[in-house]
Amino acid sequence: MSEQLDAGLIAERIAESDQLGEPSGAHEVGRARRRKEDARLVTGRTTWTDNIQLPGMLYMAFLRSPMAHARITRVDTSAARARPGVVAVYSGRDLAGEQGSLPCAWPVTDDIVIPDHPPMAVEEVRYAGEAVACVVATDRYKAADALEAIEVDYEPLDAVVDMTEALAEGSPLVHESGNRAFTWKFAGGDIDAAFRDAPVVIERTYVQQRLIPTAMEPRAVVATTDGDGFTLYSATQIPHVLRVMLALTTGIPEHKLRVVAPDVGGGFGSKLQVTAEEVLSLLVTRRLGKPVKWTESRSEGNLTVHHGRDQLQRISLAAERDGRVRGVRVDLLADMGAYLMLVTPGIPLLGAFMYNGIYKIDAYDFTCTGVFTTKMPTDAYRGAGRPEATFAIERAVDELAHELGLDPVEVRRRNWITHQEFPYDTICGLTYDSGNYEAATEKALALFGYDKLRAEQSDRRDRRDPVQLGIGVSTYTEMCGLAPSRVLGSLSYGAGGWEHASVRMLPTGKVEVVTGTSPHGQGHETAWSQIVADALGVPFGDVAVLHGDTAISHKGMDTYGSRSLVVGGVAVLAACEKVKDKARRIAAHMLEASADDIEFSAGSFTVRGTAEGRTIQELALATFAAHDLPDGVEPGLDADATFDPDNFSFPHGTHLCAVEVDTETGACAIRSYVAVDDVGSVVNPLIVEGQVHGGIAQGIGQALFEEAVHDTEGNLLTTTMADYLIPTAADLPDFTTDRTETPATSNPLGVKGVGEAGTIASTPAVVNAIVDALRPYGVHDVRMPCTPERIWRVVSEAGPPASGSGARAGAASAEAPAGTSAEAPASAPGTASAPGSRSGSDSGSGSGSASTRAPGSGEATSSSEGGAR
Amino acid sequence: MPRITVTVDGVTYEEDVEPRLLLVHLLRDRLGKTGTPVGCDTSNCGACTVMLDGRSAKSCSVLAVQADGSDVVTIEGLARGDEWHPMQKAFHTEHALQCGYCTPGMIMAAIDLLRDDPDPSEEAVREGLEGNLCRCTGYCNIVRAVRLAAQEMSQAGERREVRTP
Ligand code: FES
Ligand code: FES
Repeated sequence: MSEQLDAGLIAERIAESDQLGEPSGAHEVGRARRRKEDARLVTGRTTWTDNIQLPGMLYMAFLRSPMAHARITRVDTSAARARPGVVAVYSGRDLAGEQGSLPCAWPVTDDIVIPDHPPMAVEEVRYAGEAVACVVATDRYKAADALEAIEVDYEPLDAVVDMTEALAEGSPLVHESGNRAFTWKFAGGDIDAAFRDAPVVIERTYVQQRLIPTAMEPRAVVATTDGDGFTLYSATQIPHVLRVMLALTTGIPEHKLRVVAPDVGGGFGSKLQVTAEEVLSLLVTRRLGKPVKWTESRSEGNLTVHHGRDQLQRISLAAERDGRVRGVRVDLLADMGAYLMLVTPGIPLLGAFMYNGIYKIDAYDFTCTGVFTTKMPTDAYRGAGRPEATFAIERAVDELAHELGLDPVEVRRRNWITHQEFPYDTICGLTYDSGNYEAATEKALALFGYDKLRAEQSDRRDRRDPVQLGIGVSTYTEMCGLAPSRVLGSLSYGAGGWEHASVRMLPTGKVEVVTGTSPHGQGHETAWSQIVADALGVPFGDVAVLHGDTAISHKGMDTYGSRSLVVGGVAVLAACEKVKDKARRIAAHMLEASADDIEFSAGSFTVRGTAEGRTIQELALATFAAHDLPDGVEPGLDADATFDPDNFSFPHGTHLCAVEVDTETGACAIRSYVAVDDVGSVVNPLIVEGQVHGGIAQGIGQALFEEAVHDTEGNLLTTTMADYLIPTAADLPDFTTDRTETPATSNPLGVKGVGEAGTIASTPAVVNAIVDALRPYGVHDVRMPCTPERIWRVVSEAGPPASGSGARAGAASAEAPAGTSAEAPASAPGTASAPGSRSGSDSGSGSGSASTRAPGSGEATSSSEGGAR
Repeated sequence: MPRITVTVDGVTYEEDVEPRLLLVHLLRDRLGKTGTPVGCDTSNCGACTVMLDGRSAKSCSVLAVQADGSDVVTIEGLARGDEWHPMQKAFHTEHALQCGYCTPGMIMAAIDLLRDDPDPSEEAVREGLEGNLCRCTGYCNIVRAVRLAAQEMSQAGERREVRTP
C-alpha cells in the first residue's frame, strides 16, 4: 500500500507523469503529478498582494507603540500632515467612531472576557507594536518618512509579561476586568481513582515557548472602492471568513464587499486572522475614495503578526508498574497576549482532545486558563493546540519509560490502540476511525535502524564519549479536517466547518472547478484537478481550479487545520458526482435508454452491453445547445456541493530522530530523521511528501531554534530574521520519509490531511532525542529551543554522568516536578536574550560580491522600512 | 536626483532615482519587475536575489544608484522564450517550491552556486543556500532540485551565463 519516495522513484515518476495535459489511461489520484501552480511561480509571473498597483494608489504606514503598556495622552499629527506627499494622517481618535472592534469568533466559555479591541489604539496601548497612528502618502518611502513627524505622548503603565505572575494577587492589569480571560475544563472517566494509589506518577512542567509564524511573504493589503462597493486584496488564508467578519466589523454591507486572496506566500495559521491593518485599509479607502496599499516590513511583522504557542503545561500521568497509563491530568496556562483575536481562545481547546495521544487511557482531566499579558496576541500556528498536546504526552511517556527502565517504544506499544480496536472511542470523546500504529512504527524502526543505533548509544555511554547519541521517539495522532459543524457548535465556535465546491462543464468540454478552500502553497489546483480528472474521466490538463476571490468563489470556509482536502476535496468529489448524475440522465435520453442501463467509464456514458455512447464532452456541448433535453432538465452541466463531515480525520505516524549532542559544548546535530506517516489515501504523493518535509522543518525549528523573546518591560527582542531564527538549509538534515496507508472511513476519498502532521510529530521527537542523549547525566528536560547554551548549561549543572548504559533507567525521581532542566525563566531580570543571532551581512547568498554590500545600504533599508516603528 | 542607466532583463532603462532608493524597489515599484519579492528588511531571507553583472546579489541590499551601468537579470528574464532555465525546470520537477515566495531568489542563488561548484554535494548545496530562507519545503526538495539541475547542465555542456548578452 505504501512506498518510499526515494530519489530514483521520483525520477521515474517524473518521466511518467510530467506530461501536463495529456490524457492518461491510469488513475490520476495517487500520481506524483507536477504542480500546475509552478509555472507562474518559477517564472516570476506571480500576483502577490504587494505586486498590485492601481491608478492613483496611496501607501499606508503605521506608527506603532514603542511600549508594551501605556496610556496615550496626546497624539499630534499636524507636522506629519504637512510633509510632502502626505495625503492624510489618522490617529486612533480620528477613527474611533467607525473602526469598531476586531472580532473574536470563539467565545469558549459563557463567562469569557472579550475586551474591546480597537484596530488602532485610542486611549491605551497594550503591546509593543500596536498601531497608534497611520500616514497615507503618495509613495511608500514618503509614508514611512512622515511617521517620524507624528508626536505621541505616552504615560507608561506596568507591563504584564509572565503568565504566572499575571494571575498572582496584586499583578498589574492588562484590562480592568482582570488578567484571566477564561477557564475551560473538560474531563472523562474517574481521574481521582486513576491517581489514587497509582504505583507510578510522573509530573512534569513543559514550556511551549512563544513562536513567530514567519510565512515568507509578509502581510500586505490593497483596498479600493468604486464609490459604492469595496474590494480588499489581502495576503490571507481566509478570504471568505474575512469578508463576513469585515462586513460585521466595518458596517460595509457584505454584498458590497469583495475579498480577494491573490497568490499568498505561506500562512501556517498566521494569515488566519482579521487584522487591524485590513480593517484600517478599508476605512481609509472609504474616507479618501482612493486605493490604498499597506505592506509590512519583516520587523513590523515579527511584532504584529499574531504569535503562536506560548503555553505553560503541567502534565501528570498515573501508571501501573508495567507501564500501562491509567490517567492523565493536564493543567494549562495559555498566554492570550493583550486581546482575543479571531480564534485565540480556541487554540488550546484544539489540543484539549489530544493529550491522550494514541493511547488507551481510562481517565482524563483538563483545565486551561487563558491569561492576558501585554504582548502580541497569540492565535493559530501550524498545528494549533495539537503540537502542544502531542509534545506534552510524548515527552511524558518517555519520562515514564525512563522511570520504569523500559524502552520508549515498548511503553508506547503497551498503551497504544491496536489496529484491531478501531473504530475506537477515546476518553476525550472522539472516535478514531482508523489507523495502524503497529505498522507505521515497525516500518519506521526498520528504516531508522533502531537496534543498531541503540547499540551505538550504549557503546558511547560505556566509553563516556563526550559526544552522546540520543534517540527520540514520537508517535502521534491529530484531529484534522476541521470540522463537523455540530462539534464546532458544541465548542461555542462562531461558524461551521463545511466546505463548498462547484464543478461546471464548459461547452467545449473543459472543466472549471470552484473551491471554497484558499490555497497558499498547498497545491490545490493540482490535487483538485487530479480528483476531478478521475471522477469525470477528463484529462488532467482540461481542469481549471478557481479560488480565493469571493466574487468567483462565493462561499467557503478557507484553508487551515489540514481541512482542505478532507473537507474541500470531498466537496469537489461530491459536485462531480452530481454532474455525472445529470449527465447520465441526458445520455440516457439521447441514447434512448434507461438511465439505469447507462454505464460510466473513462469519461464516456454507454448503454450497457453496447458500444453506443456519448462522451462527457459531447454531453457538455449538448446541454449548452439545450436543443434536446429530457423534460424538466435545465440546460447546462454543472453542480454545487457542500460537504459537512461527520467526524474528524486522524492521521498518525511514527517519527524517529537521532541526535548527536556534544556534552562539552552543547552543540547538537540531527544525525538522522525518519518519518513514517499515515495520512490515509494519497492524492499526490509528491505534495504529501513536501508537506511532511516542511512540517518537520517547522517542528525542528521550535525544538532547536525559534523563540519570541521579550524583556521584562514587554519589548520584543527578536524583531528581525537575524534574531528570530528559522531553520536554514544548512541547519537541517535530509529527511527519510515513508508512509503507511490506512484509509479514513469518514470520507469517500479515504484521506486524512497532511498539512500539520510533520510539525506535530517532530518537536517531541527532537527533544526526546536530546534528553535521551543526556540521560546518563541525570537530565530530564531541556527547555525549548534547545540551544547549545541551554544544553551546555543543563549538562554542567547536572554533574558527571552515571557510569555505563545501566544509567538509562532509574536515575530520575518521578516525583521531581521538572527534573533537572535548563529552565531559566524567560522574564528574569537581565536574563532575557535572543536565543542566538544571525548577522545579515554574514549570510549573503554565498556569492554577494563586495559591491552588493556597499556601505550605506543598511541605512537605506532603515529609512525605507524601519520607520514603521 | 541622480540619473542612472540600468539594463534589466535585456531592456535598458534610464531613471532618476533618490539616492536612497533600493534596487529591489526600483525593480518592483518603478519597472514593474514584481517577480522579485521582498521577504525581510535585514538582508537575511534572500527572496530578493537577482543577478547583478552575472553574480547573485540581494537586491534589497543594493542601492539603485549602485546599480548604475549594471546588467540585472531577474527571475522574469531567466527563461529563453518558452524554454525555462534548467534550474527552473528542476525546481518544478523536484517539487522544490510550495508557496513559491522564496523561489525566485532561491533559483538565482542556486544558479550562482553552480557557477562556483558545478557538481555540489548535498552539504555544499545546503551551505551555499544558507542565505536563502524557505519556510515551506524543509529544503529537501530544493537540494534535490539544485543537484538535478547541476547534472542536467553539465550533461548538456551548459554553463549558461546569466546576463544580458
Ligand atoms: S528581502 Fe530579504 S534579503 Fe532581500
Ligand atoms: S516555497 Fe514557500 S517559502 Fe519557500
